[in-house]
Amino acid sequence: MNRVEIESVEIELLLQAITKRYGYDFHNYSKASLKRRIIGFLHKSNLEQISELIPRLLHDKGMFRSFLLSLSVTVTEMFRDPNVYVVLRERVIPFLKTFPFCKIWCAGCATGEEVYSIAILLSESGLLDKVQIYATDINDESLQKAELGIYSRTQIQEYTRNYQLTGLEGSFSDYYHASFDSVVMDASLKKNIVFANHNLVSDESFGKMQLILCRNTLIYFNSELQGRVFSLFSESLVNKGFLCLGTKEDIQFSSVSNKFRSIRQNEKLFQLR
Amino acid sequence: MEKCQERQHRIRAVVIGASAGGAKALSEIFSRLSSDFPAAILVVNHLHPHSKTMQMVDYLGHRCKLRMKAADDKETIKPGTIYLAPANYHLLVEADLSLSLTIDEKVNFSRPSIDVLFETAAEAYQDELIGIVLTGGSKDGAAGLKKISDFGGRVIVQDPKTAEAVIMPQSALRECEDAQVMSLARIGDFLRDAVQVEPLAP
Ligand SMILES: C[S@@+](CC[C@H](N)C(=O)[O-])C[C@H]1O[C@@H](n2cnc3c(N)ncnc32)[C@H](O)[C@@H]1O
Repeated sequence: MNRVEIESVEIELLLQAITKRYGYDFHNYSKASLKRRIIGFLHKSNLEQISELIPRLLHDKGMFRSFLLSLSVTVTEMFRDPNVYVVLRERVIPFLKTFPFCKIWCAGCATGEEVYSIAILLSESGLLDKVQIYATDINDESLQKAELGIYSRTQIQEYTRNYQLTGLEGSFSDYYHASFDSVVMDASLKKNIVFANHNLVSDESFGKMQLILCRNTLIYFNSELQGRVFSLFSESLVNKGFLCLGTKEDIQFSSVSNKFRSIRQNEKLFQLR
Repeated sequence: MEKCQERQHRIRAVVIGASAGGAKALSEIFSRLSSDFPAAILVVNHLHPHSKTMQMVDYLGHRCKLRMKAADDKETIKPGTIYLAPANYHLLVEADLSLSLTIDEKVNFSRPSIDVLFETAAEAYQDELIGIVLTGGSKDGAAGLKKISDFGGRVIVQDPKTAEAVIMPQSALRECEDAQVMSLARIGDFLRDAVQVEPLAP
């Protein structure tokens, strides 16, 4: 066996240990990126071999918590891919308006920037008060940040630019309050958002949604796990409900692809048939 | 019959990293490759996060005979195809020789990062890989090139004297002392020869 093969055995054993001990199952994550993050954690922990992590993580809950955090990629931004918001406004908002009350699920919400972007879109469409948003992730630390809704001021310029590209007509600065080097999202946006821990690998559906957004999370899963999540989503949508994925994610090769039709290929908007 | 020449490893893939001045340098190399080039080529050319990947695909596609496309998540790598990392995504090679995209943190201030592609390709292809660092103004690619060399791959750096931006080739040479230094024209010819498959014995 060469080094790479040995390391892949070590990773297999590590993932098995974690699944048995803590119930988190990372076997079906894309391996190349998972390995980079495991190696990153290994170096931070001043250890040499991947297998040295196994006894440490089995016995040290605190260390496992930080391991979990370092596996989760929390990179996100407000109004990422502004065109998606243009399309949501054109295609999904009119659909939401036909209901007296709606539910939206933002799965893999990381630190919440996307959730607030959706809340702003709803607010400008006059829908904020009749929508319940569920924002879920497996990373509790991210969820706490999301709930606080406090972000660094350094990115506001970029977000403002994104906001302007969405074609929304308000002013982005109306939605946050600046204080020193951070901004606080306006409390009115948070009113109808519930932040909760939900694991797409193992947890079940919790209701029928009009819209599910799950962007740049499935890209970390292999096709098998993606298939599981797509079935979960198809069970969690109302008739004709919408699913919006990240721009590099697609449902077309999954077993449920025939349940959806593609509304916009570039913006990865799908609708349950 | 035993081959008397020094046995050459089959080359299955070429990975190339470029930054400032990259588009021109890449087209100069690609224009020298014929349509039956038998290895896959994976490219990270630093792009602005909002730039249109397809513009670069079209620009380079018009200047070479090989199939050129933006890399897709989970696609199987095919020989004779050039894959370009899309703007704002890292490009990684999986052990089963498929591609992955991620939005992980920037590496060396870059996404896509050359190091991320090179390091994962080194593990997946080991000694069946050629790594090339071209013109650019950052040190991205240096560590990855070293890893390719450590895994038995062949490593090439554009001659800094011919590069539009010298920092990247210089950093790569500092990190990876066994790299061969070549002009762009020479790199094109080298690739043509290195991937030559010997005809099967009858
Ligand atoms: C890259 S972020 C995407 C954030 C946001 N949706 C966006 O597109 O900007 C991916 C998120 O998926 C979460 N995640 C990873 N595995 C998960 C799982 N099994 N269940 C739920 N969330 C998961 C990570 O914790 C991380 O916050």
